[in-house]
Amino acid sequence: MEQNEIKKIVEAAFFVSEKPLTFKQLSCLFEDVESGQLRTAIKGLMDTYNQQDRGINIFEVAGGYQVSTNPECARYLEKLYKTRKVFRLSSPALETLAIITYKQPITRSEVEFIRGVNVDGVIRTLLERGLIKSKGKKKIPGKPVMYGTTDDFLQYFGLKSLSDLPELEKFHLPEANLELAIKNDAGIQGKDNGQDEYFETA
Amino acid sequence: MNYKIKLEIFEGPLDLLLYLIKKDHLNIYDIPIAQVTTQYMQYLELMQLLDLDIAGEFLVIAATLMQIKSKILLPVDEIITEQQEEDDPKEELLKKLLEYKKFKQAAVFFESKENVQRNIFKRPNSHFEAQGKEEVFFETNLFDLLNAFSKALKNMPKDVFREVLRDEFSIEGKIHDLLHILLKKIKISLDELFRAAKNKTEIIATFLAVLELIRQKEIIITQTGLFKEIFVMLNQERITAPLFLSANMGS
Repeated sequence: MEQNEIKKIVEAAFFVSEKPLTFKQLSCLFEDVESGQLRTAIKGLMDTYNQQDRGINIFEVAGGYQVSTNPECARYLEKLYKTRKVFRLSSPALETLAIITYKQPITRSEVEFIRGVNVDGVIRTLLERGLIKSKGKKKIPGKPVMYGTTDDFLQYFGLKSLSDLPELEKFHLPEANLELAIKNDAGIQGKDNGQDEYFETA
Repeated sequence: MNYKIKLEIFEGPLDLLLYLIKKDHLNIYDIPIAQVTTQYMQYLELMQLLDLDIAGEFLVIAATLMQIKSKILLPVDEIITEQQEEDDPKEELLKKLLEYKKFKQAAVFFESKENVQRNIFKRPNSHFEAQGKEEVFFETNLFDLLNAFSKALKNMPKDVFREVLRDEFSIEGKIHDLLHILLKKIKISLDELFRAAKNKTEIIATFLAVLELIRQKEIIITQTGLFKEIFVMLNQERITAPLFLSANMGS
């Protein structure tokens, strides 16, 4: 199949899918296309879309590819809607999530040991949001549940995979260096006008 | 004492300690224990003054700080020191602090990622909450249930005539009716049940029937969110149990 033909189909698939499409799912669309060919097509599409002057970008998220708007357009798009529902995780929730992310699978009491405070309520919120899930039980007395992160977690933070995260030791850096390291990782920071938003605190 | 009331909300004792260290630009690897302990205790006093509940965790760290402080004051016995080096409380506290600090900064990283994502819209355009998820139901609490009940009573047209009503609606009867409805329908809204009632007595009988069935764990009440409509559903865990329960009512 022609390269342009493959690109056309992949582009349409990206548009129609509401979830990140994995490479495997994309390769199921074709019968006579080698994976190298498909990879080139995806890369070509991404190169075309991920330029500054495009309103739609293709991101690698949660082990797949997904189209979404260019962050620079956010403040204009907001005007289309009177209110915008924004969920924001509270700082205890973010801290707890950070511990679970880097130490998974981890039990509730192990999280509490690191944070030095009770995390019952926070864990419940994270479970309800589908950001963490049970990853089995620890083989110690009492058989406590161990928690780990989900695919929704990767999507929520726009991460390719867990290995896409900076190493935990990086967070030892003095704060100024850390900010720089984060900025390089996080890409473009959109403007936040903070209006018409509902904040939810965990 | 002269306190500036500027209440920082600390997530826990480690958070407070880090704050004290950062505030005075102290070296985390060489914390002046006496100074930090004094400030820590002052903060606890402030919390008491403001009538905040001091969680046990704060007191544990307070005790640890005191322990470290008193150890420094005591003359050093070299033989014992060598033995105790492994469980030096100061070392342990430092380890905990450093570990916690890493995650606190990781949380900042996640927050920045979250901020970026908030400006990226995907299809369907409803952000994270509705991404291919089924409707989420939370179990309704009693307070919401009572609210719905009082609303239904208020909406009831006022009786113009005084009349003595025959007890035509029994709770048993309503339980039967409700279970019959739920055999045909998966769920029914509480409002709908109340609306079907002809007068106050019937609303009350319906409400009591709902309460009784909840007590017997035959039904559950759910809603999709705060202040949303309340639904009555069969309790799936009990679905195999016999449905005719009115006999239990008398006992």
